[in-house]
Order: sequence, then C-alpha cells, then structure tokens
Amino acid sequence: MAAARGSLPGASRSSSSSSSSSFSRAALPSSPSPHPPPPQQSPSPGVKLGGGGGTAFVSTGIPDLDRILGGGFLLGSVVMVIEDADAPHHLLLLRSFMSQGIMHRQPLLFAGTSKEPRAFLGTLPSPVSSLASSKEERQRRGAAGADSSAQDQEKNLRIAWQYKKYFGEQKIGETQNRDIEQEYSNDFDLRKPLERHFLNAQEIDCVSIQDASSLAILHDHVSSFLSKLPRKDGGFLNAGRIAIQSLCAPQCGYFEKDWDILSFIRSLRAKIRSSNAVAVITFPASVLSHSFSKRWQHMADTLLSVRAIPDEDKDLGKLLTGYQDMLGFLHVHKVAQSHTQVPLILEASTYSLKLQKRRSLVLEQLNQAPVEASSGTSYATSGSCSSSSKGSPLDF
Amino acid sequence: MAELPNLLDEAMGFAPGSAAPFPRGGVVVLVEDCVETSGAFVLHHFLKRALSSGGGGGGAVVFLAFAQPFAHYDRLLRKLGCNLSVQRKNNKLHFFDLLEYPGLRKGNATNRGFLDLYREIQRVVEGCSLQEDNKGCVNIMIDDLSFLEIAAHGSMDDVLDFLHYCISLTSVMDCSLVILNHEDIYATEEDHELLTHLRYFSDFLIKVGPLNTGLAADVHGQLTIVNKEIFKDHARPMQKVRNFHFKVKENGVETFYPGSRH
Repeated sequence: MAAARGSLPGASRSSSSSSSSSFSRAALPSSPSPHPPPPQQSPSPGVKLGGGGGTAFVSTGIPDLDRILGGGFLLGSVVMVIEDADAPHHLLLLRSFMSQGIMHRQPLLFAGTSKEPRAFLGTLPSPVSSLASSKEERQRRGAAGADSSAQDQEKNLRIAWQYKKYFGEQKIGETQNRDIEQEYSNDFDLRKPLERHFLNAQEIDCVSIQDASSLAILHDHVSSFLSKLPRKDGGFLNAGRIAIQSLCAPQCGYFEKDWDILSFIRSLRAKIRSSNAVAVITFPASVLSHSFSKRWQHMADTLLSVRAIPDEDKDLGKLLTGYQDMLGFLHVHKVAQSHTQVPLILEASTYSLKLQKRRSLVLEQLNQAPVEASSGTSYATSGSCSSSSKGSPLDF
Repeated sequence: MAELPNLLDEAMGFAPGSAAPFPRGGVVVLVEDCVETSGAFVLHHFLKRALSSGGGGGGAVVFLAFAQPFAHYDRLLRKLGCNLSVQRKNNKLHFFDLLEYPGLRKGNATNRGFLDLYREIQRVVEGCSLQEDNKGCVNIMIDDLSFLEIAAHGSMDDVLDFLHYCISLTSVMDCSLVILNHEDIYATEEDHELLTHLRYFSDFLIKVGPLNTGLAADVHGQLTIVNKEIFKDHARPMQKVRNFHFKVKENGVETFYPGSRH
C-alpha cells in the first residue's frame, strides 16, 4: 500500500520531548516521508471495508475504540453518546471523531450548542505524529532490552544479543504495521490544537443549535450535507461525518418539543441509511424523561455512554488497579451490526478512559482486584473435586 | 430441510412440517424487547416462518418497516434461507418502506396519514385473501411500534386507533398481526397506558430480555412467552407461560431451557 499516512508535518516536534538514547537510533528504519499525499485511492484511507461485503467503517479517532467496536463506526449508522451529567467527557469522543474526519479530509457537519460553533473547531486535538510515537516506543523497548542484557552474564549475553537482533526485526515489522494502521486512525494529542490550515482547507459546515426555535435549520443542513454523499454499492470513495453536540440541551429553543426531536432523529436515521456517512449525537440523558431517554437509546445503532469518576472515591480506588490515571468510564451498550442479526457480545462492556502521557486517549479493560468475600470456600471445594477425578469447571 | 425443534415455535403452537399457517389467523402477537437485547430476531423468525410454512408455499406478509430499509431485511433473511426479493416479486411479501413516510409527519394531519396507510393495508390484505394459493393467511408485521408513535407525533389515540383497525382486520380477514415494541420505554406510570392496551389485545406476549447475570457469549438472553389463548381451540390446554434462553445465530435462533446446555 502506498504511504498515504495521516501524520501531520509539523507534529514531529513533539518527539523532541522524549528522552534521546543513541542506542535506539541505530535501529531506526529509513524514515518515511511525513508529508501525506492527498488520499485519492478507492477506498480512501479514512474508510475501512469490513469482513462482509458492503460494510465499511470510519475511524472513531480513538484506536482502542476502533478495536473494541470491531473496526470503528459503521457507515450508515447513528451513534449516540450519553453524556455524563457533570463532566464533559463526551467531548473527548466527539473531538476525536471530528479531528479524525478532518485528517482524512472527510466532509464534516458540526452542530454545536454554542453561539459560535466554529470556535469549537479550535479545540480539536492535533494528531501525534506516527513517526514520533513509534520512535518513542522503540526507545522505550530498546532501553528495556539494554537493561536486561546488561544484567545478564557474559555467557548469556551473546544469546541476548541474538535475541535482540531477532527482536529488533520483529519490532520494525510491528512499527510498520502500526504505521499502516495509523493511516486509518491517528493518536491525538489532546493538549495540542489542530493546525489552522487543516480547518481552512476542509469542507466543514457548522450550525448553532442554540436559540434555534425549531430543528428545521439543522434538518436542512443535514439534508443538503447528506445529499452530496449518496451511497453507491462498492464505491466508498468518501465518507461524511456529522457531529451533533447535546442535541436536546435545555438552551435550545426546541427543548421540550420531545416529539419534534424524535422525528428529527428518525428522519436523520432514514437519510443516513442511504448515504455514506456516520452521525454521532451526544445527548444529556438526565434532562430527558426516562421514557424519552429510552426512546433515544432505541434509535441509536451504536450506543455509548461516558461517566466521570467522582473525585477520590476510596472504595473504587481500592477495587480497581490504575485508578489514579483514569478519567472516567466508557460503557458500550450497543454496537451497530449490519448484515447480521447476531448481536456482538463484547468481552467487556465497561472500559476505563485514560490519558496516556497526559495527551492521548486510551481505553483499557477494567482490572478488578479480586473480591475477598466471593466464596473462597467454594474454590476450595471445587479444588478438592478436581483433585479426585475431573478438572475444575472454574478455570481462572 | 429437517429443522431442529424450536421452543419458540412450539410455544406458539407450531409444529414443523404441518400444513397449518404460522402464525395462525386471527392471532395478535406482541413482541417486547429492551435496549440491552433487541427482539428483532423474533420478527425475522416469524417473517421467515410466515413466508415458508404451511402448505402451498406459505402465506403472504404485509410488512410495515419503520425501523430499517428493505436491503437490511433482505440481507438478514437471505441468511435465514428466505429470499425476500423473490417473495416480493411473487407478491407474497408486501413491503411498506416507512422509514420516511411523509404522510404521518404533518402536524395535525396525522390522522389522514394513518387513514391512507390503513386503506393501503386493507387493499393489500383483501387482494391477498382473494388469491387461491394463500389459503386466506395473511400476516401483518410492524417493525416497530415506537417509530409509529414518533410518526404520529406521540399521539397515543392515533396509534391506538390505527392498531384497532388492524386488529379488526385480523378478525374480519382472518390474518395475524405481529407487533414489535420496546418495553422499557413505558416504565413510568403515565406512559404505561399504551402498553397495557397492547397487552390486553394480544394473544401471545413474547418478552425478550437480557440475562440477569449479565453478558454472555453462549446465551444472548431469555424469552418469556405468555400464551393467552390456551383454552381457545385446543382440547388440551397448553402451558401458559414458558421461559427459556436463546442464542441468535446467522441462520436462525437456538432455544433451550436454562441449564440444559454447557
């Protein structure tokens, strides 16, 4: 595949912050050009074709979430994110989603609750250059390898070197794989805003939903946006992204017109089905009645929710490892499925949102410390059973 | 094609290979699901059964699709062994694509929209009943009712009126009605009315829910089937409430009693 990487030319300066070790530099492969050629191929790098014919995904902007959802957000689906009542964690998802779209030069429609929705674009994160991240990775691994080899005795040293040589090859292969993946999804540095020229070059439509007395304006924008992205079988040339922030927020003029909003989502859903686009809608479920909140959730093809961690929850801190690094939790309630009626059963439905090196978002499965009270005796009995004839059914 | 006995069919009084149409005429089936577990597979199962069971190549289906486009059902049913495009061509399947039905969305004119829709359904059902090979068996399926409510802009009276008309069709024209709805929408008292009405109408109530114990790869959830017509036309009363687990597969649904599988 051609080196159509989504990395940013200016972003490589973030690598200077990493510790420099002359040892690892020798292992660097010839550095590929950080300047991305415009994605012109079909399918474009921003669209990944799924296993079954006709399914296509776009990246969520968070590589871990892509992996969890089985490739990303399904084209032609409506994604809903239930907001946390107290913290703006949903914006992390929304920003990553929008930034990723901009990196892939995909058309974007953003509807925000502020008066100046375009100002929100200034807060979008900038991608971490894949070159820098892979270099850091290599340095980290290289340093670890050096330590272990130094500790070994001379006899083992030779083996360790051989091993390292082999390991180095593997490493390069791995990083190349990473680079290919990063065409599709970038790591984003949440501390660094996206550079202006990206925003100017893009086809970005912004609508404010504050003070709008009805959803007609948004509806018109969505219709005209989606009419440019008709779905053609086989040809996934480009994919559009619609990001709607806090659709039912109380500051909107149509707030309390619950059925109007539902009709809007219904029509959005119908239009999305026949176009090459994904819509991500975040909504504060707490301002809706229980009944309407459930209605919203039923309309979603992919349903996620974010929850902030209350400050200094000692009990939770004891229960979960790595608690202090967590920003919050992400729940996956529903995953959009096309071509199949079989529901996707994930390994876990709750993931912790963490910031890696204070800048890029990662999702991890919760590591629960074993609860003491969970029947140590029953383990003992099953253990005694297994010693007699058959293997223990409880296999931990 | 020999099929495994399916608890879902059994609970509905359907024996594989029998000449009786499925679901039986005059029956109203209400399927209730929730956000955690979709009940769409029950509808797919019934759709396939309705089109293929019974003598003479199955009955006709009037499908009101509010939730998904035709391509979606076509893809899924193909995996179940039923070609909807062909059925549609043969006038077995009458597919109403109502994803964006405009007639239902105009403020005060909801009544009109529903009236037109009903007239259309009535016309099709009468047309089907006249055909010889259908043996008078027509199924009306609604996927799903919550979208119908949105189309009616939340007017419960309109929805109930529409359903009343459809239910009266089931007794007059001897067709069956299968409705998919979401139970958890009506959790609070004031919203509960529609659901109680629906449950009252229905002869079979199928509840689809997740396992209490949480996610599982082998068991996707549980089904509860309440049979309200036990004494209608069976000499031997059937079991009233059945409860079993299910696993949705590409080519069908696997049902089993709790604990009967490892």
